[in-house]
Amino acid sequence: MASHVVFRNVTVRYGGTIALDNISLEIPAHQIFGIIGPANSGKTTLLKCINRTLDFIPNVRIAGQVTIDGEDVFRVKNVYDLRRRIGMVFPLPVGLPLSVYDNVAYAPRMAGMRDRSQLDELVERCLRQAALWDEVKDRLRLLGTKLSGGQQQRLTLARALSHRPEILCLNRFSIAVDPVTTSKIEDVLLELKREMTIVVVSNLVQQVHRLADRVAFLNSSRLIEVGPTEVLFSEHPAHQLTFDYVRGHFG
Amino acid sequence: MSVEAGLFAPGPIERRKRLIERAAHVTLLLTTAALILPLLAILAYLVVKAWPVLSWSFLVENPKNYMTAGGIWAALVGTLDVVVLSLAIAAPIGVLAGVYLNEYARENWLTRLVNLAVVNLAGVPSIVHALFGVGVFVLMAGFGRSIVAASCTLAIMTLPVIITSTTEALAAVPFAFREACWNLGASRWQTIRTIVLPNATSGILTGVILQVSRAAGETAPILFTGAVFYVAVPDSGLASFFPYGLRDPFMALSYHLFTISTQVTGASDALAYGTAVVLIALVLTVNLVSIVFRVRLRSRRKW
Amino acid sequence: MVPSVDIRKDLRRRFSTLGESAVEWAIRLCGWSAILFVFAIFLFVFREGAPVLFRELDLKEFFTSVNWRPDSTIRPQFGILALLAGTASVTALAMAISVPAGFASAIFISEFCGPKAREALKIIIELLAAIPSVVWGFIGYMVLNPVIIWTTGAPIGINILNGGIILALMSVPIIMSVGEDALKAVPDSYREAALALGASRWQLTTRVLLPAARNGLLAAALLGVGRAVGETMAVLMATGHSVRIPHSVLDPVRTLTATIAAELGETVEGGTHYRVLFVIGSLLMIISLITNLTADLIVRGVKGRQRT
Repeated sequence: MASHVVFRNVTVRYGGTIALDNISLEIPAHQIFGIIGPANSGKTTLLKCINRTLDFIPNVRIAGQVTIDGEDVFRVKNVYDLRRRIGMVFPLPVGLPLSVYDNVAYAPRMAGMRDRSQLDELVERCLRQAALWDEVKDRLRLLGTKLSGGQQQRLTLARALSHRPEILCLNRFSIAVDPVTTSKIEDVLLELKREMTIVVVSNLVQQVHRLADRVAFLNSSRLIEVGPTEVLFSEHPAHQLTFDYVRGHFG
Repeated sequence: MSVEAGLFAPGPIERRKRLIERAAHVTLLLTTAALILPLLAILAYLVVKAWPVLSWSFLVENPKNYMTAGGIWAALVGTLDVVVLSLAIAAPIGVLAGVYLNEYARENWLTRLVNLAVVNLAGVPSIVHALFGVGVFVLMAGFGRSIVAASCTLAIMTLPVIITSTTEALAAVPFAFREACWNLGASRWQTIRTIVLPNATSGILTGVILQVSRAAGETAPILFTGAVFYVAVPDSGLASFFPYGLRDPFMALSYHLFTISTQVTGASDALAYGTAVVLIALVLTVNLVSIVFRVRLRSRRKW
Repeated sequence: MVPSVDIRKDLRRRFSTLGESAVEWAIRLCGWSAILFVFAIFLFVFREGAPVLFRELDLKEFFTSVNWRPDSTIRPQFGILALLAGTASVTALAMAISVPAGFASAIFISEFCGPKAREALKIIIELLAAIPSVVWGFIGYMVLNPVIIWTTGAPIGINILNGGIILALMSVPIIMSVGEDALKAVPDSYREAALALGASRWQLTTRVLLPAARNGLLAAALLGVGRAVGETMAVLMATGHSVRIPHSVLDPVRTLTATIAAELGETVEGGTHYRVLFVIGSLLMIISLITNLTADLIVRGVKGRQRT
C-alpha cells in the first residue's frame, strides 16, 4: 500500500533561519521520487516534515500543510503510528546496541507484536528484502553495532521496512557505504517501488538519475524545479540553475 | 641514551636545562610520595593497633560493659540499615531527575535553574545538612531522632552526585540511537526505557555505589537526626539484623567511632582502632567495587 | 466475553499512553525536586536563624567580638570572631600545605609519570579521597596528637597544626584531581609546539601548561578551600575546644562547624542559642556556595573556551 504525499506552501524556520521557503510539491505513489540540491538547501528538513521528526528540534516553526493521502500529518491522532507508516534511512549507518534480530523486531515490538513465530517471519522477510539475510542468517544474535558499515546500513533499511511503511525515505544513504552495498540497495529500491512510495535524497546526482522517476531540485531552501527525471537531466530543463547543478557547475 | 658527541654534544644551556629537568622530576616524585607513603603508613599503623580486637566476633558482638568491651554489631547494622534506606529514597529520585535533565529538559531558564540547584546542593556543608535535618525531619515532620529522619537527611546529601552521574552516563549513549528509535515510531520514554537507560546502567550504578560509601562514612548529617550513643540491640536471631524500627534512634559506625575515641573512658585503644579499621575497610571495599565496575564497563562497550 | 484483539490492543495502547504520561510527569517532578531541596535548605536555615537576627543578636558584636558565651545566665554573648579566626587559621594552614603539594602531584601525574604508574596513583588517590572525615579526625586525635607533642614539645597535640595537616591531607585528592583535569584540558597542540621548539618537560610545564591551565588550577584551589571550610568532624576532633584568637599554630582553636556540632545537641529548640547556631549555619552555607559556584563557573568557562 503506497501513499501519495503533498506539500502545500510549506515554510519551516529554525529560530530565525529559514530552512524551507514556501515549498509546494507532490510525491506520487508507487514511484521513486528524487531530491537533489547543494548542502543546506533544506533536503533533510523536507524529509523530517513527512514523519514529523521535526518535532524533536527546539524552536522550530512550521507553516503550510503536508498531507499523506489527504490526511494532514500535523493533525493525526497518534504521531507514533504516523511515524510507523514511514520508513527512514539516515546518512550514517546506525545499528542499535541489540542483536540483529532485536534490531529488526524493535518497531513491531513497540507496536505490540509479541508472537514469536510472527516476529521470526517478519525479521527474515525484512532482512531478505534488505539484501542482508544471507550474511546474517546464522548470526542473528550478533550485536547490531558489530556489523560492518555496509551491513549496518542494510540493517537500518531492514528496520525501516519492519513496520511495513507506505513511504520509504532515504537520506543520502550511500555516503558512508561501499559501492557494492550501494548497488545492492539501489536494486532493492527498484523492487520496493512496487509496494511503496520511495523518496531518495542524494548528493550524488547520477544516483538519482539511475533511480528516480521524478526529481525535485532544491537550492537555498527554495524549490527551483520539479518534474520527470528525463526533463531535469536533459539539455533543456525549465531552469538554468538546474542545468548548472546537474552538470556539476556548482554545489 | 644515545651517544652525543661533536655537533650534537650538549652545550652549557642544554646541560643546565637537563639538570633542572631532572631536579624537577625528582622533587615532584618526592612530593607525591610524601603525600601517599605517610598515609599508607598511618593506615598500616591503624591496623597494627587494632589487631588485638580484629576478629569475626568483633563484628558480630554488641558493645558490652558501657562500651569498654565487646564488638560493634549494633553500630554496623545501624549503618547498613540507614544507608540502604537513604539510597532507596535518593536513587530513584536522583536517577529520574538525571533522566529529566538529559532527555527531556529544553535549553531554557528553568533547566539552567535546575542545573544551578544541583551544583548548589552539592556544595552544602554536611553540618548544614544536619541543621536542615533536625529542623525539618526531626522537629517539623515529627519523626524525632530516628532512622527515618537520618535517612532523609542523608538522601538529600547524596542526591546531587547521583543526578550528575546519571546525566553523564546518559550523555555517553550516542544520540544516533535515540534518533533511530524515534524514526521507528518509539516515544521518548519507550526509547529511554529500551535503549538509553539499559546502556547507561553501569555508569549510573558506579555513581550510586560511590554514594553508598559516602553515606556510610558521614557523621555530621546523622549526628542530631538519629544516631545516638547507645541502643540495646538483640544479640542474635533475625531481629538482630533489623533491630531498629523506622522511628527509633540507632547506633552508627561513624558516630560510634567518634564517641568511643573521645567520650568513652576505660575503653582500650584497640577497640577504637578496631572500629576505625572496620569503617575504613567497609568504605574502601565499596569504593573498590565501584572502580572494578567502572573498569569492566569500559571493556564491555556495546558500540 | 473476551474482547476482540483489536479492542484489547486499543485498551492496552490507551493505558500505555496514560501510563507513559504518568511516568513522564514523575520524571519532570523529580527533575524539579533538586530546585525544591536547595531552596528548602536555604529558606529553612535562614528562617530558623532569622528571628534573632535583629533582636537578640547584635550583628556588630557577632562579627567583631571574641566573646562566645551562649549559655551565660547573666548576659549571653554571641561573638564569633574567635570562631572565624579558628576556621580561617586552620583553612589557611591546610591550603598552604595542600595547594602546592596537590599541584605538584597533579603535575607529576599528568606530565612526568608513566601510564601504568598513573593508573595506580589515580586509584590510590581515589581511595584516599573516600576515607570518611570521622576517620581523619580519629587519625588527628589519636595518632598525630602524640606525634605533635613529641616533636614540638607543646602541652596539647590537638591544635591548628594538627587540624591543618589533617585538612590538608583531606583536601589534596580533590585539588589533585581537578588540577589534573585542568592540565589535561590544555590542548595537545600547545604541548607539541613547545616540544618541537626543544622545551624540556619542566619548561613545558612552567612556561606553557601552568599559565594555560591557571583557571582550572584556581578552581581546584577554590574547591579545596570550600571543602576545608565546610569540614566538621575532622576539625571537631583535631583542633581542640578553645574559643580564642590563636597566637601560634600550636594553639587549640574551635571552628564554626565544630561549634555547631558540639553545641546543637544541648540547645533548646527555638531558643536564642539554637537560633544563633542556625545563623552560623547560614554563614557557612553562603561561604561554601560562593566558593563552589565560583569554582564551577571557572571550570565551565575553561570547558567552554576549549570547545572553540
